Amino acid sequence: MRKARPLSALLQLAAVVVALALTTAVLVVTKAPPFQAYKNIVLGAVGSWDEISNVLVSWVPLLLVTAGLILTFTVGLWNIGIEGQIILGAIFTTWALRLLQSSGMHPAFIITASILAGMVGGALWAVLAGALKAFGGVNEIFGGLGLNFVATALNLWLIFGPWKRPGVASMSGTMPFPRALWLPTLTAQSRLSPSALIIAIVAILVVYFLIRGTYFGLRLKAVGRNANAAYLLGVPTWQYMMASFALCGVFAGLAGAIQVTSVYNRLIPAISSGYGYMGLMVAMIVNYQAALAAPVALFFAALNVGSIQLPIVLKLDSSLAGVLQGSLVLLVILGQGVRQRFFGKERPS
Amino acid sequence: MRVDLRDIYKTFGQVHANAGISLVIPSSTIQGILGENGAGKSTLMKILSGFILPDNGEIALDGTAVVIHSPADAIRRGIGMLHQDPLDFPPMKLVDNFILGREGSLFPDRRGAAREFRELASQFGFALDPDAYVDTLTVGERQQLEILRLLWLGARVLILDEPTTGISQPQKEKLFATLKTLASRGVTIIFVSHKLEDVEYLCSQVAVLRQGKLVGTASPPYETRSFVQMMFGREVSFGGRRSGVAGRPILSLERVCLEGVRLQIQDVTLDVHAGEVIGLAGMEGSGQAMFLSACGGLARPVAGKIGLDSRNVTGQSHHSFKRQGVVYLPAARLERGLVPGLTLTEHFVLSEGAGGFFIDRRAAAGLAAERIQTFNIKGTPTSTVESLSGGNQQRMLLALLRTPLSLILLEHPTRGLDIESTMYVWAKLKERCAQGTAIVFISADLDEILQYSDRVVVFFTGRVSPSLAAESLSVAELGELIGGKGWERFAGEAARA
Amino acid sequence: MSPDLLLVGLAGVLTAASPVLFGVIGETISERAGVINLSMNGTILLTAMGGFAIALATGNVALGFLGGMLIGGLVALVVAFASITLRQSQVAVGFVLALLCRDLSYFLGNPIMGSAGPRLGILPIPFLRDVPVLGVLFFRQDVMTYISFLLIALAWLFIFRTRPGLMLRGIGERPAAAYVRGADVNRLRYLYTVVGGAIAGLAGPIYSLSVKAGWKGTITGLDGIGWIVLAITIFGGWNPFRAAFGAYLFSLLQWLGIVLQPALPGVPSQVLQVAPFPLMILTLLLVNIGNAEWVERTLARLPGPARRAIARTLRALNATPPSAMGTPFEKE
Repeated sequence: MRKARPLSALLQLAAVVVALALTTAVLVVTKAPPFQAYKNIVLGAVGSWDEISNVLVSWVPLLLVTAGLILTFTVGLWNIGIEGQIILGAIFTTWALRLLQSSGMHPAFIITASILAGMVGGALWAVLAGALKAFGGVNEIFGGLGLNFVATALNLWLIFGPWKRPGVASMSGTMPFPRALWLPTLTAQSRLSPSALIIAIVAILVVYFLIRGTYFGLRLKAVGRNANAAYLLGVPTWQYMMASFALCGVFAGLAGAIQVTSVYNRLIPAISSGYGYMGLMVAMIVNYQAALAAPVALFFAALNVGSIQLPIVLKLDSSLAGVLQGSLVLLVILGQGVRQRFFGKERPS
Repeated sequence: MRVDLRDIYKTFGQVHANAGISLVIPSSTIQGILGENGAGKSTLMKILSGFILPDNGEIALDGTAVVIHSPADAIRRGIGMLHQDPLDFPPMKLVDNFILGREGSLFPDRRGAAREFRELASQFGFALDPDAYVDTLTVGERQQLEILRLLWLGARVLILDEPTTGISQPQKEKLFATLKTLASRGVTIIFVSHKLEDVEYLCSQVAVLRQGKLVGTASPPYETRSFVQMMFGREVSFGGRRSGVAGRPILSLERVCLEGVRLQIQDVTLDVHAGEVIGLAGMEGSGQAMFLSACGGLARPVAGKIGLDSRNVTGQSHHSFKRQGVVYLPAARLERGLVPGLTLTEHFVLSEGAGGFFIDRRAAAGLAAERIQTFNIKGTPTSTVESLSGGNQQRMLLALLRTPLSLILLEHPTRGLDIESTMYVWAKLKERCAQGTAIVFISADLDEILQYSDRVVVFFTGRVSPSLAAESLSVAELGELIGGKGWERFAGEAARA
Repeated sequence: MSPDLLLVGLAGVLTAASPVLFGVIGETISERAGVINLSMNGTILLTAMGGFAIALATGNVALGFLGGMLIGGLVALVVAFASITLRQSQVAVGFVLALLCRDLSYFLGNPIMGSAGPRLGILPIPFLRDVPVLGVLFFRQDVMTYISFLLIALAWLFIFRTRPGLMLRGIGERPAAAYVRGADVNRLRYLYTVVGGAIAGLAGPIYSLSVKAGWKGTITGLDGIGWIVLAITIFGGWNPFRAAFGAYLFSLLQWLGIVLQPALPGVPSQVLQVAPFPLMILTLLLVNIGNAEWVERTLARLPGPARRAIARTLRALNATPPSAMGTPFEKE
């Protein structure tokens, strides 16, 4: 693998360059000034403390989700159901908050309990997808997708039904929770919660060390690379698959919980905001290794937040960020393929 | 059609699969091709049927030299191959299988094809319904379908690869009758098999391959002994065989029945004792692998009892067997035994089991270094397993074994290894025997079977011989049994230890 | 509801189902050849936007549809290249393209958002349009819906009745056997993946030029249809007629959701709209459950009549994919 290093670095660089080129081409096609667009994205991301804080707010759930997905990818599974797991985490958190908000217990306790509830919610939804695969023979991709839709439907039903605002149900979600139940943020205006930031960083560190330094992580790797051999070596394969789903669900639920308790302070229809699918892309780019997950996720978050400026300043759609992100992942995949196909892998003697 | 093979050469890396094979097969001949696994039969047939191109040499059909580029090219020239697992389409109907691939109009005339199919089928006495689905057919019937299809496409040479594996006796008789009829019509039949009786009955001439070379030809009347000698080599006398020290029974199988995709094993009873080595002999696909899997809890018997150290473990999982000291080493080392991408150290960590939550890197590295040295593995603790050579991968599999073990099950322990590695592997295994571990292994190498086993069990199309003392078995006898001859002496005896 | 209104509503169900049909049949062809094109959601959005843009620019609806086919084929080509030649995961490439094409459609379509563009008009068939009941249902549709009716039959005919269709089934089922019979497996896979993508590429323009005319960006409500198309492909057992049944069923359920709204004031409208989606998992579960080992074991313990009835139902529901779907083909 050593020999391949300079080649793979070259191909990754090429991927970034071509992705930028493609995105620039797209800009040119829409008669938009490319340089201006990029400048506005950058300014939109780091132009002021507010913007940087927003980037970090966006970084937290993305990092959490990516951390969880790295676990499922390590064991060889495609957890597309991640979006639904975030939603269920948010739902459980909201439910717990609603349940306990008038109980008179200390707010810190209520918030903690609700976050824990969110983790349970995400884990349950993930285990459901895993069970559908293991016992129902349902491909985890379609099971996951289907469960995403169910989660969305459930979310909408709660927001417009039993949990709707008094009076008229609204697209802006449930009634916001009292300030006391908000996860403390950096300043009164920002939505960045230091605790959330710490949780996210701890999460990726946990995943990193779990995979690198524990028996559990090693077994996950073994199952992901050769389930047959892992089985003969004594690893209970399907249990590890389920465990990775559950853990990923915990992280997803945590992301959902943070969205509810610190970012929006209520349940909204778009509570998962596409972080799940984005996390899948980040995981693909970093080749499912935890080491580079944090910086790449930060880059993605910066792109997302920065591109919010585009509609305002240049009348361009903010999905430009998605174009750049998607191109990057696509080119990384193609680059991998080119390397394997035309330059060969290390062959055993 | 007359087939001339002239000086066919084919190498795969270091292996000379075919080394200068020359053979003339006249028209209307049923040519038998004998040889043990790895002798080069399948490579030769792949070349003739267009799957691969020879590195050197020439093929001539009816005197004209040809180059066969692909299987489709082959059938256009009149060469058709019936694979051991016929290459058909199970979820589709027979008539669709029949017409698929044949050039013609946009809308195939299914009714016409079905009619021609029925006519052809009746000529040979095949009872096949064109509207039935292929996945409802037996192997024998699928063969019949494929033969009809190849004939319909104009095959003048028919290659059959181990056709009698997995078909019933009546189907076999029908097949042989069909082949004789075809030969009388000018079709050249090439019959590749390891079954001596079939070859002796059916073929008008026989060629024997060993290690890529054509080592002999024969015409009737045939002498089994000379075939066995050509296939397996001269008898080697062994001196200083360790006398088997039989301890208590470790593994006992009582009237075990196993069902696989293509064969069944009925009613096997066997006891394996501590410190004993049992060799499972037979051509690939005769049932040994299924049997060995059952011994390890990887395959569940449909009837009978399996006991480990007098505990009934029938139906328990492989991991349950593992906990009781059983280990299974597969033949496909990199595909089933080791995890590509993981280092040697990581493998040791995996096999040693959890000693806490965190991996103690230093202890692991130390263990790895120690085992690498003890087992003389040419690799470092941080190299990945796929970078090891075959011999070193086998050493790695052995190095991963824990101590103590009650039973080691090995599929082809020394396949692809040089002499030095082979002797090393067996030295290590013998050490285990001295400690009381029982060993059951599969091997295609008769010398290995006879040299290292205390007792031998022979498999032939799912039939299992009683265990035979290795000392009293000669290479010739073993070769015959593997080829399906000489089983009459076991008649009436259930396979008993 | 009056019978007239009912008929018109049902006719609308048929119209609304036609884009889904194009998507499902295109995907069925691609998957029959062994290649899953997971980019469907993105493809539908991109072709919807692209087709509308072209129609807007040229004033010609037909060119818009052609453009959709072109875009759909190109996206499928990327999937084919990555999975057949580069042997990367079909799932990974398809998924990324789903997201990328979606974002491309929003971004490139921004300038034309809300513009009024050419629409596909209704094309009632003279004489047949006046047939009672059937006339309203089938013969007062737009041209693409008529084509969708034909497409079902043509696709079925091709797959199950023609020689090349037979080979198509062969390469998806057992490429090694197809190879032995002379098929250039990989070249055919490229062909069918692109053709499938081109057919599916007509789905998007039907939305933007007919059913939900115009391009309204994220509010278009098309995001998510692609995943449904993929699910219906599985439900349809890779058979055009059964797939059509699935498409019409889905469309019917969506319409019922709207129709029953006033009758169920307590249930928010959004929920009824997404209600068919959870049913999708249920059906996926049903079509696959027969394969699970524990089901077989439980079935074996049931009394005779019950077991036979259940087994027959499971077998009828069962959707077994082409065996080689998703796996690359190497000659040796």
